[in-house]
Amino acid sequence: MGEITGLDRLLGEHPFFAGMPPDVAKLLAGCARNVVFEAGRYVFREGGAADQFYLLRHGTVTLEVRVPGREPLVVDTLQEGDVIGWSWLLPPYQWSMDARAQTLVRTLALDAVCLRGKLDAEPALGYELFRRFVPVMGRRLMAARLQLADLYARPSGGRG
Amino acid sequence: MSALPLPAGDALLWRPEPYRIERVRRDLADTFSLDLVPAGGGAPLAFRPGQFNMLYAFGLGEVPISISGDAEAGGPLVHTIRAVGPVTEAMRGLRAGAVLGVRGPFGSHWPVVEAEGMDLVIIAGGVGLAPLRPAIYYALRHRRRFGRVCIFYGARTPDDLLYKAELKRWRGEFDLVVDVTVDRASHDWAGKVGVVTRLVEGGGYDPLHTVALVCGPEVMMRYAARALLARGVAREGIFLSLERNMKCAVGLCGHCQLGPHFVCKDGPVFRLDQVERLLAVDEL
Ligand SMILES: Cc1cc2nc3c(=O)[nH]c(=O)nc-3n(C[C@H](O)[C@H](O)[C@H](O)COP(=O)(O)OP(=O)(O)OC[C@H]3O[C@@H](n4cnc5c(N)ncnc54)[C@H](O)[C@@H]3O)c2cc1C
Ligand code: FES
Repeated sequence: MGEITGLDRLLGEHPFFAGMPPDVAKLLAGCARNVVFEAGRYVFREGGAADQFYLLRHGTVTLEVRVPGREPLVVDTLQEGDVIGWSWLLPPYQWSMDARAQTLVRTLALDAVCLRGKLDAEPALGYELFRRFVPVMGRRLMAARLQLADLYARPSGGRG
Repeated sequence: MSALPLPAGDALLWRPEPYRIERVRRDLADTFSLDLVPAGGGAPLAFRPGQFNMLYAFGLGEVPISISGDAEAGGPLVHTIRAVGPVTEAMRGLRAGAVLGVRGPFGSHWPVVEAEGMDLVIIAGGVGLAPLRPAIYYALRHRRRFGRVCIFYGARTPDDLLYKAELKRWRGEFDLVVDVTVDRASHDWAGKVGVVTRLVEGGGYDPLHTVALVCGPEVMMRYAARALLARGVAREGIFLSLERNMKCAVGLCGHCQLGPHFVCKDGPVFRLDQVERLLAVDEL
């Protein structure tokens, strides 16, 4: 119970869950645990089962695309306060990229199997989670589009 | 009160003055900086951060280039140029000792003096850091007149970051937030990857007391402005520097027209509410 109460507090402190109703925080804490990754370790790998998601509490995580015959391409970095991964929300529940700890990383990992069970039983919990995930997904999609647009390529503008 | 020198009067703005290249710096594969001094001796022209000069490569043509040096240092006139076409390519081939024509300075400036007492957020994309560097020098020189000072800089890859040594030095200052990101990188890059607009979410500045100066590709500026508005920075506190093709640079030929504005005279630095409607449109 003590651990759950502690996790409950950590969840509430994370920006992703700011303003979350206490009863929802309690439900989520039942699926959460502290997980630490040393620098260089993978948080998850492309194609692996997306059976958790992570709230980044400390450190930096890189999102990487594997390119045959080349160094992996880093396409995003996530920092303290960010959330890592939404593949757990949608079938086929598989990671679509690699995520790697660039520094020592401390996270709260939320167990997806446990969560999916609770989401089915508690629509309010599902609403709270989607309400928080959708803007993050929207921002990241927009960012990815801007990266694709290759804004700084020459010679679209003298200053690019 | 402004500590900055006042630029020269209109009479000097038609005739290119010969300036000698004192030093060439190769900043990036396609970008270089020229230190210029008057060929006939004397002090280089005075300017305000954000203003530009027309640089004339004899026999080839004239191009508008922002001044990227320190307005208060009194040293040579510095321009940072990306080679994109005939005139700028030709300038890339010039060596120390060569002579260019200089007309200027032209245009509006970053409101650095007006921003004193506020937090200052500087957002640069790619070579857009060059026109902002004089504003950064001003903020560093008069650091105590500002609240928080943040520099957010985005480029395509780590190899495209301008002024790397200076960025490192600025990052070492304890009262300056310097956050750098690139659009893509290989694994040996230890910094951030992602669009520059995301940096706007951090920095710890107070949006209600912030003046933001933004320069980079137009699309990047549009999204940076949106991100600033979303953080609560007022429209009146957001300034952008725009580019349009130029000829006369003194508001006569109409080449640089953007809606009701002449970029050479009313700009290049505009307050967001003056241009935001026009920015959504491609060519006007
Ligand atoms: C106020 C102002 C300040 C500027 N400051 C700088 C600076 O500090 N450093 C720098 O490297 N460049 C700057 N530029 C842009 C620079 O003037 C152009 O890159 C230059 O005129 C290109 O001339 P060129 O003959 O070499 O190439 P051009 O043949 O004229 O152009 C080559 C390519 O670049 C495109 N292009 C040219 N000028 C522009 C422009 N203004 N905006 C968007 N696309 C353009 C053309 O469409 C073409 O595709 C500034 C422009 C303005 C208006
Ligand atoms: S360049 Fe002639 S009016 Fe602006």
